[in-house]
Amino acid sequence: MTTLPEKTERKLGLVIDLDTCVGCHACVISCKGWNTENYGAPLSDTDAYGSDPSGTFLNRVHSYEVQPSQGEAQLIHFPKSCLHCEDAPCVTVCPTGASYKRVEDGIVLVNESDCIGCGLCAWACPYGAREMDAVEKVMKKCTLCVDRIYNENLPEEDREPACVRTCPAGARHFGDFADPESNVSKLTAERGGMDLMPEQGTKPVNKYLPPRPKDTLSEGAGDIDILAPYLEPVAQEATGFLGWLDKTLEKL
Amino acid sequence: MTFQQPKINTSPHVSDEVRKTTCYMCACRCGINVHMKDGKVAYIEGNRDHPVNQGVLCAKGSAGIMQVNAPSRLRKPLKRVGERGSGEFQEIEWDEALQIATDWLAPIRKDDPSKLAFFTGRDQSQSFTSFFAQNFGTPNYAAHGGFCSVNMAAAGIYTMGGAFWEFGQPDWDHTKLFMLFGVAEDHDSNPIKMGIGKIKARGARVIGVNPIRTGYNAVADDWVGITPGTDGLFILSLVHCLMKAGKIDVNYLAQFTNAPCLINGDEKSPEYGLLLRDENGKELVIDRATGKLTPFDQKGVKPDLTATHRHAGISHRTVMQHMAERYLSDEYAPEAVADRVGISAKRIRTLAAEIARVAFDEAFELQQEWTDFRGETHKTMQGRPVSFHSMRGISAHANGFQTCRALHVLQILLGTVEVPGGFRFKPPYPKPATAHPKPHCGVSPDKPLDGPHLGFVHGPDDLALKEDGTPARIDKAFSWENPMSAHGLMHMVISNAYAGDPYKIDTLFMYMANMSWNSSMNTRGVIDMLTDKDDNGDYVIPRIIYSDAYSSEMVAYADLILPDTTYLERHDCISLLDRPICEADAAADAIRWPVIEPDRDVRGFQSVLCELGAKLGLPGFTNEDGSQKYADYGDYIVNHERKPGIGPLAGWRMGEDGLTNGRGGVNESQLDNYIDNGGFWVGHIPDEALYYKPWNSAYQDWAVGMGLFDSPQPYLFTLYVEPMRRFQLAAEGHGDRQPPDHLRERIKATMDPLPIWYDPSPDNHGDDYPITALTQRPMAMYHSWGSQNAWLRQLHGHNPLYLPTKLMRENNLQDGDWAKVTSPHGEITVPVLEMAALNENTVWTWNAIGKRKGAWALDENAPEATKGFLLNHLIHELLPPKGDGLRWANSDPITGQAAWFDLKVRIEKAKAPSESQPAMEPIKSPVGKGPMQLTWKVGK
Repeated sequence: MTTLPEKTERKLGLVIDLDTCVGCHACVISCKGWNTENYGAPLSDTDAYGSDPSGTFLNRVHSYEVQPSQGEAQLIHFPKSCLHCEDAPCVTVCPTGASYKRVEDGIVLVNESDCIGCGLCAWACPYGAREMDAVEKVMKKCTLCVDRIYNENLPEEDREPACVRTCPAGARHFGDFADPESNVSKLTAERGGMDLMPEQGTKPVNKYLPPRPKDTLSEGAGDIDILAPYLEPVAQEATGFLGWLDKTLEKL
Repeated sequence: MTFQQPKINTSPHVSDEVRKTTCYMCACRCGINVHMKDGKVAYIEGNRDHPVNQGVLCAKGSAGIMQVNAPSRLRKPLKRVGERGSGEFQEIEWDEALQIATDWLAPIRKDDPSKLAFFTGRDQSQSFTSFFAQNFGTPNYAAHGGFCSVNMAAAGIYTMGGAFWEFGQPDWDHTKLFMLFGVAEDHDSNPIKMGIGKIKARGARVIGVNPIRTGYNAVADDWVGITPGTDGLFILSLVHCLMKAGKIDVNYLAQFTNAPCLINGDEKSPEYGLLLRDENGKELVIDRATGKLTPFDQKGVKPDLTATHRHAGISHRTVMQHMAERYLSDEYAPEAVADRVGISAKRIRTLAAEIARVAFDEAFELQQEWTDFRGETHKTMQGRPVSFHSMRGISAHANGFQTCRALHVLQILLGTVEVPGGFRFKPPYPKPATAHPKPHCGVSPDKPLDGPHLGFVHGPDDLALKEDGTPARIDKAFSWENPMSAHGLMHMVISNAYAGDPYKIDTLFMYMANMSWNSSMNTRGVIDMLTDKDDNGDYVIPRIIYSDAYSSEMVAYADLILPDTTYLERHDCISLLDRPICEADAAADAIRWPVIEPDRDVRGFQSVLCELGAKLGLPGFTNEDGSQKYADYGDYIVNHERKPGIGPLAGWRMGEDGLTNGRGGVNESQLDNYIDNGGFWVGHIPDEALYYKPWNSAYQDWAVGMGLFDSPQPYLFTLYVEPMRRFQLAAEGHGDRQPPDHLRERIKATMDPLPIWYDPSPDNHGDDYPITALTQRPMAMYHSWGSQNAWLRQLHGHNPLYLPTKLMRENNLQDGDWAKVTSPHGEITVPVLEMAALNENTVWTWNAIGKRKGAWALDENAPEATKGFLLNHLIHELLPPKGDGLRWANSDPITGQAAWFDLKVRIEKAKAPSESQPAMEPIKSPVGKGPMQLTWKVGK
């Protein structure tokens, strides 16, 4: 049993915008690349060119189809990595103290040298955000790029998680949720940022911005009648149209 | 017990060195930072300073490290020792490989250079490869545009002097409505994602028109799940609505387009339907100020859109009048098209109204003075914040050219091209079709071709025909079958060479083109053509030389393999002579340079051509004393000049007073200058030249200074494309160069100079095969070479056939069931999965996930090789026979674009086979298999 800090000084995490995530997996691979080369054991791939390739990924994008009661079906891309919960059950369940939540910034990490690979934390995480590395037999998880965000060997502008730096659609944002003036706090407030599965009581730090309402120009949606006057005909046939054109040219 | 938090190093060493070069996973060409540790590639990220990607990078780009260490990399030149297709090769030295190639090619050049067909697949060095082919003297050269998206390119250039592709972009900073047609992922991959993110952040709307709601369409605010192949009809219905409501930019049309130009109305004239011109060839308009006929470009002219010129009893009317007559017709009313396009009339009207609202109610002006080509100064720049983008989805149909034209006409009617908030060109565009070369096919033994292969035709005189009227090119490009085939027809090369139609060839030489697999229609048939022998026991296609970096499916079918490097081991230039990395605000080009050295006996293909060209004694590749002119491609990039002062790279050229940009002499340190600057060069366009480029004097002057043109080239957008009318006139019997009779009616019908829509489905037996089958590449693999990438194949290792809910139910199918899919050409049996966000008569799958057993260093049990499949088996390069004995290409009759997306199928539930059908026999791998396990950490 490992204890959580009563309070962290900062609450670092991600805002992920489900309205703009196009599901391109850029974040997935950038994360794979950085974290294979950096913090802890490399993220391995087994049967890499075989029938059942399986690798360790700290961030994955899932896609879900949503069928609203009215209107067209939708496809939502849902990137998922550790949410760095305030009440992280993966930490309290750890028998060795390998899993811990940092007091200074709230990042949940695994100290690989203390990890015995028992897998309890992965069972405890309701989000499925931890992956056991098949080669190293240690638990791997999102570090929020703790080896980037403070790294004095990187230019200051690059001190953000690899997934945020690479996201082409700008759907990922990094910051301190303890600061109400931070970019992530403001985005969350403006766009109704949501907790993932709040009923689990884990108090996730990461927030998701919901997709904006879709298909408002569809049959049965509100915008349709408001727009009708824009197509008020200037003429019914070619001759009348040319007359209108002539008058319009005259006014120019 | 108080928990003791471990101390960790939060500032670890990142890399020994960062080498900045250009990605090569797709046509996006992002700048990348390659982090090196111990001389090895440790990590790849986007270059923040780069104009294309500004630091971001897609999954392919970040997975480049798995491309560079891929087990499928070829290692040494190979000579075939078994039968073609057996995969039996012998490794040979480069000297021997180059000697074999020389021994094959030298006699051809001496006797008849057209016996060589040289085609490149995912090539990004076309100005160089075409230079080689032109020097060799064969007319048979093209890249893969003909089977990709030439309709989009040709329609754009013929209509407005520039195309979508990566050659233009929406004005992301100002647009308020962005409408995407048929785009899944695109050449401008990261910029589109960045742009969508940017405009959504400020609340602008995205509308996606696509039968499939994935990717960009998944985040679109509105999704229009159109019936495939009907986009042109839908667009012309939008045109109908907008014209009828007067929601068009009358001033823009009068000033900058050929809407006011007069069309010859004399039915008896050989110029009937052509534009009236003065003695200098200038289009004539009626000036509203004087009521007189005058060239369009005179100072003070106010072109009249509605005038009629009466002369000798004949009325010559404006293009605008002809358009009003056609598009105001009820034929294009939403109610008339709704059923065919699969969109309700009400929704079509609503979409048209929204376009009108944003274009006109949200119009704005930029406070920027500019002067047009007539010498008139405008105090501001009028903005219309509606932008469009489109690509292969609407292009790869037999009606694709006219559909792409329709979209450009819609843009122009709204006045949204080259204006703030609209669509913007990137240098070297805008550049009208008339400023491009014409195709050349003049072959002489032992001599170069008489000019560049590819170009833009303006009438029958420009076709590439032999004296007897038969096609001069093996792919029949620029022939009566497809007169405006600006990119050639790569998909017809093997089929035509095998059939000896129009003639036989001796050597097929290809680069990065997987023609025995996913890059061919009718894969099985093509394999048979590559391996078939004549009565003498000789291969029907006698010799095949192939260059690739990887063990693709095509390798087994070549006689000689020239192994290429990966993208981090080579020089390249992304050149203004070719397909540069420009932005709408700037000219820009870039290089690749060997950030690592190959650990195999391989050479960059372009460097090999430098050597081969010299061995063949090609004039462009030899010095006067006969010695090799360019040591390698890097040497060529620096020292080659297309004309004095214009070379492959525009940055850091040598001027009279030191380094300069654009025009200038050779600078021996040029590559170092590029490397020092992060691998690219940017030259910004002045503020007063940023918009209205085709007509903006400041832009035209800047472009001349940069070397893009030799003199200012202002022009009118061509709503009415006169060259098409010239082909119709020929089909009507005018002129000396006449089409064969069997093509006359088709030319008359399809080469309409104003956009039309016609239904390609009857030619594909749409009545019996009512479902359209489509493919798209996943974003993480778009335009990339090889899905054997160990990381990416974990994202997209399977490609089920996605079926809409209706078809799943009708066929009593559940996820994981198998279905037999039948087209007029063939059948496949494949796994299915339901997808609700899909047009109800459309099925689709991810393209090129399916791999042949033995290729790409994958295990033979890899899902790509067992459950993966290609739709290509269902698509023939020819249309189903019409009973006339003729070979009708499955291509757009105007451009020859491969009509991939006209594929019509039937579906029925099938018993689950052990593997997707047809299951093809394995090929022997020249590189063996990849390792079981990867733990790729290069640092200590």
